[in-house]
Amino acid sequence: MFYGVDLTSRLMLGTAQYPSPQVLLEAIEASGAEVITVSLRREGAAGGAFRDLLAKSRCRLLPNTAGCHTVREAVTTARMAREVFGTSWIKLEVIGHADTLQPDPFALVEAARVLCAEGFDVFPYTTEDLIVGEKLLEAGCKVLMPWGAPIGSGQGLRNLAGLRTMRAHFPDVPLVVDAGIGAPSQAAQAMELGFDAVLLNTAVAKAIDPVGMARAFGRAIQAGREGHQAGLMPERDMASASTPVFGLAELA
Amino acid sequence: MRIDLNGQTIETQARTLADLLTEQGFESPCVATAVDGDFIARPLRSGTPLSDGVKVEVLSPMQGG
Repeated sequence: MFYGVDLTSRLMLGTAQYPSPQVLLEAIEASGAEVITVSLRREGAAGGAFRDLLAKSRCRLLPNTAGCHTVREAVTTARMAREVFGTSWIKLEVIGHADTLQPDPFALVEAARVLCAEGFDVFPYTTEDLIVGEKLLEAGCKVLMPWGAPIGSGQGLRNLAGLRTMRAHFPDVPLVVDAGIGAPSQAAQAMELGFDAVLLNTAVAKAIDPVGMARAFGRAIQAGREGHQAGLMPERDMASASTPVFGLAELA
Repeated sequence: MRIDLNGQTIETQARTLADLLTEQGFESPCVATAVDGDFIARPLRSGTPLSDGVKVEVLSPMQGG
């Protein structure tokens, strides 16, 4: 499903901002996630401990290009990540604005083209714009990751209609809602819309109980997926009695 | 010579990128390297000479979202 890899869990979990490495490890376990995102940085004091944790987790790694603002930075970071993490998967972020952290779609498409040609399996962090999505597919991407809301904002699905349109426009492309998810209900909603997975970080890492929240997200995403598969009833403007009128007693 | 290593100006005796990693105590298999913004793959480090003022990045796996 994702570059030939089938996943049981539809949750991809970020590894940043947890209160401790132990809590992170327990949160990954509790969430059921099989894919975790990682980054490349100048090594700080805890670098060795994080490497040990990655070895323990058994998850597939999805390195990111977080913080990159240009094609060159993103491409160089991706190449470095492929060597260090030993995977051709890359979550491609090319940030266009420091406040909104919204992607620069022009640089994103260009970077995707370079990386796909080099054999990377690119997971582009994009908006719900359909034409950008098409250009990314033309560049060689086989997955699209539209944002729900700005990174770390916890606002949920800010453009519900746009995401619904995107799902309908790309029926056969794996779509992952990445960023902006703040609550399990929002993740469930993305899955009910028919998205293939949800990628999130802050909502779990910054919860009072990250392990409990990780479990809640895992279950919400599973519930949303099952709801989508079972087929949601259409919305109505008017009420429609569910209890039969036939056989109603005359008591007036 | 003086070079820029991860944003810090340092004085080094190293002539190549591979020597620099050894001199600075990096665990070579655990890091990725770039010189002046270009990725330098592991096998090319020993053949990559350093020059005065060059910018070297040595990056490691870290937490990310």
